[in-house]
Amino acid sequence: MNEISLTHYLTLAAIIFTIGVVGIFLNRKNIIVILMSIELILLAVNINLVSFSMFLNDISGQIFALFILTVAAAEAAIGLAIIVVYYRNTGTIHVEEIDSLKG
Amino acid sequence: MENINFILPEIFISLGIMFLLMLGVFKKNGSGIVYILSIVTLLITLGLIINFPSGQEVYLFNNSYKIDQLSTFMKIITIISGIFVLFSSYKYTKLEKIFTIEYSILILSSILGMMVMISAYDLIVFYIGLELQSLSLYVLAAFNKDKTKSSEAGIKYFVLSALSSGLLLYGCSLIYGFSGSTNFYLISENIHSSEYGNIFGIVFILVGLAFKISAVPFHMWAPDVYEGSPTSVTLFFAVVPKVAALTVFIRFLYVPFVDLIDQWQMIIIFLSLASMIFGAVSAIGQKNLKRLIAYSSIGHMGYALAGLAVGTNSGIQSSIIYICIYLIMNLGFFCCLFMMKRKDEFFDNLEDLSGLSKNHPIISLSMLILLFSLAGIPPMAGFFAKFYIFMSVIEESMYFLAIVGLVTTVVSAFYYLKIIKIIYFDTPKEKYDQDHHFGLKISLTVSTLLILLYFIYPSGLINFVSKINII
Repeated sequence: MNEISLTHYLTLAAIIFTIGVVGIFLNRKNIIVILMSIELILLAVNINLVSFSMFLNDISGQIFALFILTVAAAEAAIGLAIIVVYYRNTGTIHVEEIDSLKG
Repeated sequence: MENINFILPEIFISLGIMFLLMLGVFKKNGSGIVYILSIVTLLITLGLIINFPSGQEVYLFNNSYKIDQLSTFMKIITIISGIFVLFSSYKYTKLEKIFTIEYSILILSSILGMMVMISAYDLIVFYIGLELQSLSLYVLAAFNKDKTKSSEAGIKYFVLSALSSGLLLYGCSLIYGFSGSTNFYLISENIHSSEYGNIFGIVFILVGLAFKISAVPFHMWAPDVYEGSPTSVTLFFAVVPKVAALTVFIRFLYVPFVDLIDQWQMIIIFLSLASMIFGAVSAIGQKNLKRLIAYSSIGHMGYALAGLAVGTNSGIQSSIIYICIYLIMNLGFFCCLFMMKRKDEFFDNLEDLSGLSKNHPIISLSMLILLFSLAGIPPMAGFFAKFYIFMSVIEESMYFLAIVGLVTTVVSAFYYLKIIKIIYFDTPKEKYDQDHHFGLKISLTVSTLLILLYFIYPSGLINFVSKINII
């Protein structure tokens, strides 16, 4: 069998990253999906960092990944809190209905 | 460990935040005392920073944290503008019922994040500072939680800012992978060739940073967030994060990526041109003053980026001077906005200014000075700021950038002068209240006088900034 090389990991991360970015822009339904897409982006970065760290024999990439995991959790918590506040004001979290500010 | 006193300001401000949180929890109705103590904390931090013996470069924590002239200067102006924001918005926050303990503490913690960003010399430290800053700013944008507009601004800012952090992180991971280190200096040693990985990394990092200073084409969050958030938070958004983001721009472009200047110069020039043109053209039809300021700040960021695109010390210094003067002008302008209140209700539309000069000659006069300065009309400080930028751009014979800059200055003068016309020549409306808090009056007077009298003694700021040599 072929061995899994750095390129495979990088391609996987790039695909997941693209899915995340496209998910934010194409999503027209629910804000929760946007939160999931942001999470996907951050996890793709983690795959990148850990695989680089493996192939470079350098530990700092894995440390970086740990920091990103922690911050991602905090970010999701704050995002959900803001969404709850918004829901209390308007009664909806549909992306298309978030349009009171424009011009 | 003898270097530990160089990060005393950061240690002090973080201990201050924790202390104020505990105080806020255990003391009933503690928002007043927390407000005063957070201003005191900022003042002491400012004192600790100024106490640092200048002219020295100090590296801390295994070269991941750098304290030099640039970081000291930027931290000083960050903290001073933070103090002014807290000082001038006292009454506004009280009347809008957002005067809680969390408000001042969140401002403090985002300032701490900016200080870490400014001094960061390592990708991990930089990321932590950036996130501390943005997490506090998300909450601040949605702070007026009973208003739909404010929470909508929070959602929009959260989604786009989190996306930009993701792009920036992807860039960081590529740069780490292709240079083998997260330290800025080691990256600059290992990143000579223009491999695809390096180029992609630089592009992603620049896109993420351009989001933070709202440069075109990554500006779409700015007008909505500026309009929706409470005015005091808009003031904070308009001045303080830009200082930190511009410093990070300088650090990234001129330490790790300095050898690849051919690769990123065109990107910065494009961002600068697009921001100048877009900021000038799209502000013309705006009815809301906060929205108008958002577009004008996009334009101003274009001029600041033009100084960075040059690639010389004088270009960087002119950008730093530009951001200082921009910050003072915006502080003054928002002080005028805080004064437009009638029966405890605030107004922020263009038509509410009509005929202001009949009833409020002093506010109109300072608004006149600030708007002339924003438009870049001599002898106000805004003229000198633009003058330095164009001088350093022309010195490097980038004539196209200079010509577009001058043309957009003329175009943007149109909407600033239109506001002046509305203030001085339209039919007056009802009087506004006169009972302003003394902090607001002091902030407006100081910022207007600084802008008006800058031309008498310009060398004070120039001498200070000319000590900052990056290259």
